[in-house]
Amino acid sequence: MDHQQPPWSVSGSSQSPRSPSSQPYLHVSVIDPVKLGNGVQAYISYRVITKTNLHEYQGPEKIVIRRYSDFVWLHDRLFEKYKGFFIPPLPEKNAVEKFRFTAEFIEMRRLALDIFLNRVASHHELQQSEDLRTFLQVDEAVMERLRAHENGLFKKPAELMQIFKDVQSKVSNVVLGKEKPVEESNAEYEKLKHYIFELENHLAEAQKHSYRLVKRHRELGKSLSDFGKAMKLLGSCEGDSLGKAFSELGAKSEVVSVRLQKEAQQLLMNFEEPLKDYVLAVQSIKATIAERANAFRQHCELAETMKLKEINLDKLTLTRSDKMREAETEYNQLKQANEEAKRRYDDMVRLMNEEIVRFQEQKTLDIGVAFHNFANGQARLANNIADAWRSLLHKLESC
Amino acid sequence: MMGAENKGHDHEEAHLYASKEEMESLVLDKHPLSGNSNGNSNFFSSYRSAMSSSLPDSHHPLSPSAASAITTDSDPLLSPPPYPELHGPSSHDNSYIKPPNYADFIFTPFDGEDNKGLESPSPSSANSPTSFSRSSSSNSEYIRITVSNPQKEQETTNSIVPGGNTYFTYLITTRTNIPEFGAAEFSVRRRFRDVVTLSDRLAESYRGFFIPPRPDKNVVESQVMQKQEFVEQRRVALEKYLRRLSEHPMIKKSDELKVFLQIQGKLPLPTSTDVASRMLDGAVKLPKQLLGDGTVVPHEVVQPAKGGRDLLRLFKELKQSMVNDWSGSRPPVVEEDKEFLEKKDKMHDLEQQLSSSSQQAESLVKAQQDMGETMGELGLAFIKLTKFENEEAVFNSQRARALDMKNFATAAVKASRFYRELNLHTVKHLDTLHGYLGLMLSVHSAFTDRSSALLTVQTLLTELASLQMRSEKLEAASSKVFGGDKTRIRKMEELKETMRVTEDAKSVAIREYERIKENNRTELERLDKERHTDFLSMLKGFVASQVGYAEKIANVWGRVAEETSGYVKESI
Repeated sequence: MDHQQPPWSVSGSSQSPRSPSSQPYLHVSVIDPVKLGNGVQAYISYRVITKTNLHEYQGPEKIVIRRYSDFVWLHDRLFEKYKGFFIPPLPEKNAVEKFRFTAEFIEMRRLALDIFLNRVASHHELQQSEDLRTFLQVDEAVMERLRAHENGLFKKPAELMQIFKDVQSKVSNVVLGKEKPVEESNAEYEKLKHYIFELENHLAEAQKHSYRLVKRHRELGKSLSDFGKAMKLLGSCEGDSLGKAFSELGAKSEVVSVRLQKEAQQLLMNFEEPLKDYVLAVQSIKATIAERANAFRQHCELAETMKLKEINLDKLTLTRSDKMREAETEYNQLKQANEEAKRRYDDMVRLMNEEIVRFQEQKTLDIGVAFHNFANGQARLANNIADAWRSLLHKLESC
Repeated sequence: MMGAENKGHDHEEAHLYASKEEMESLVLDKHPLSGNSNGNSNFFSSYRSAMSSSLPDSHHPLSPSAASAITTDSDPLLSPPPYPELHGPSSHDNSYIKPPNYADFIFTPFDGEDNKGLESPSPSSANSPTSFSRSSSSNSEYIRITVSNPQKEQETTNSIVPGGNTYFTYLITTRTNIPEFGAAEFSVRRRFRDVVTLSDRLAESYRGFFIPPRPDKNVVESQVMQKQEFVEQRRVALEKYLRRLSEHPMIKKSDELKVFLQIQGKLPLPTSTDVASRMLDGAVKLPKQLLGDGTVVPHEVVQPAKGGRDLLRLFKELKQSMVNDWSGSRPPVVEEDKEFLEKKDKMHDLEQQLSSSSQQAESLVKAQQDMGETMGELGLAFIKLTKFENEEAVFNSQRARALDMKNFATAAVKASRFYRELNLHTVKHLDTLHGYLGLMLSVHSAFTDRSSALLTVQTLLTELASLQMRSEKLEAASSKVFGGDKTRIRKMEELKETMRVTEDAKSVAIREYERIKENNRTELERLDKERHTDFLSMLKGFVASQVGYAEKIANVWGRVAEETSGYVKESI
């Protein structure tokens, strides 16, 4: 199956894949969906092809087999490691059971996964991710182990911070008598949060109607086809020129009906899906917002705890207690942790500000393309329909 | 709902020059067609209510009245721009399709909600546009009937309950140049019961003709429909019915119709309750008839036995029909007209196909309606997004996007309107199918008239045969007695008298049967011819409106495609 470049998404750094010693490139594609397994455990596997001249990679070309949960693994790793960045959204996990293996759904998902991977590969930071390299290169057995490990009940704490995050927050909350989580009070950021949350609602509604519009095209096509058939039969009662006219009407109705069905499919792929993608992207930003809130809270809590420890240390220093050494070590650790937390938080803020600019620009472009495709499709459809009926009209006039 | 439609009419109309905010409310307003399918499983009635609530009868842009009545107070969503389409042979003369751009010629331009030149006045006004009578007669006679001004009235007499029964009357105005009417314009007030009477009397007088079916009595107290709605529906239906009557070449000249349209006060036609009481009279007479005292009144056989006074005749004909069906012996006269039998089969086929076409037309109309609605809702969603992005904009990219969304939304709302306008036209044209389906009832009645007349003939022939046998028996018996038998001779004379009367009745019945056969034949010819014309018209109209609106929709989206073409170049 030929790789279909997503029509509405910027692909990025995929020029001249074969010119030697040229600019660095990383070209990825997701193709060839294949159904594997049986019954409830059936799933779709995809071929992921990487073409690159980057030295971090094992070679100019690599092909691996991946499934949806592998993509989820990659997505989750990126989300954990690249806080502040808007990680490209994955297509939704759950699908109604009976649609899970329809050709339409499989193709839509393949396309969405391809878009996801391409977006990661063309993101200036994310493309350098080690997890991405892992995803693109390790063999299936290794991938399976990684995936199972990650999805297991007990996640291995990635950093020291994990411990502090869980325990310290509880302690300091009790100590400080705070029940509510600490939140940033930044008017601009508040505005952004409000914007993101509202935007999701509006987009979801637009997406809902565009999905319905796809259905309407199909329904109109079907009813026109049925109507044409009935008219043909009616014509057979009439005979001579009138009967012929009915018959021609029936034939034309069928032509128009087919055209409508085609357009329904186009609408789905070129408009509804991009809208859905937009919704998912906004949801991904919401997740980043949550992460930033976490980072902020951590930073605040650590700062508080550090202050307490400082006070305690001073006390111990004065009394020349033998606990002083221990307390000093602890304090230094905390100080370091606090600095790191602050740095992480500041990074996130900076990154988010950059990302939001990029996001808005990208989305204007994406939606512009989607509008263009929609309008083009509708104009073409209408013109085809007009042509079809017009030719019939000429015939009818001579009746 | 019709009341609501009237209000909605003005409301929507005020929004014709809408800004984008007002477009929201415009799209959200319940369109008369959209609100009408109240889960009503009877597709015929819901369809008809949808259709009748929004459209005047066929109107012709070249007709003198329409040309001068250029009102600007009509909303294209309620009444379509004038569509040059006619019932009747005269439509052949007008080449109403001028290539290449049907959109411009047929439909008034819709850009920027410009409603200049929209000609059709509101359908709910008292002066609804006329239907062009399908007049094929050379002297261009016409008759225009309008039904308007429903009024509530009180039942004054015989009301046991104080404040008793109320009913509605309708003002029926006729304009005509037919000399037999003796006046050019006149009005009467009639109630629905009068229409039923008219219809029943016509059925009796015009046996064998395809008489347009009258509107349903519709006794059902629909909770969903308000009285106002019901009355309006009925008014429209009555108007349609009377117009159809006035288009029928024979009926338009009938006394019954004339009397109905002209005579003030109480309708001077015997009501059907009077007819029913005849049955009671008949029950009183029966014992006398059985004792041999009843005489056949020859001219009564021009009426079917059913509904008449003569119960005995009813029984005899019933017996005859059973003999016909079960005895295996050929009745004295049968339907021999091969051509007729073929035609009858054809009518049966036609009816079936009409029924299924009618249903599919319903579905098509609904699908077009849904398409328009959803397109509108999509547009609306993007209008909201536009507003939102503009209010919250921090970056220029957002403002640019908001502008794109606005253009897109505007186009979607326009397209939505086009779909709904198209649907009004589609409904109007495809209504021809429903109309002819309804006419099948008339055809059935006419064929029934024929078969019951035949049955009367058969019965009388059988009767005569048996009378003849009795006569011969009597003769044989009395000849054996010399000098004659006074009683027998008297009996024979009575018998001869009965036979003479029955013979007369038989002649009348045969004449009637032949007359009805002829009526059937001419009506079938007329039906075929008119149906041919009307169907062709329907097909042309349907297709032309599809072309016209497809062109308009293509224009709207073509512009958006152009405006956004920059994005595609950028992203390659």
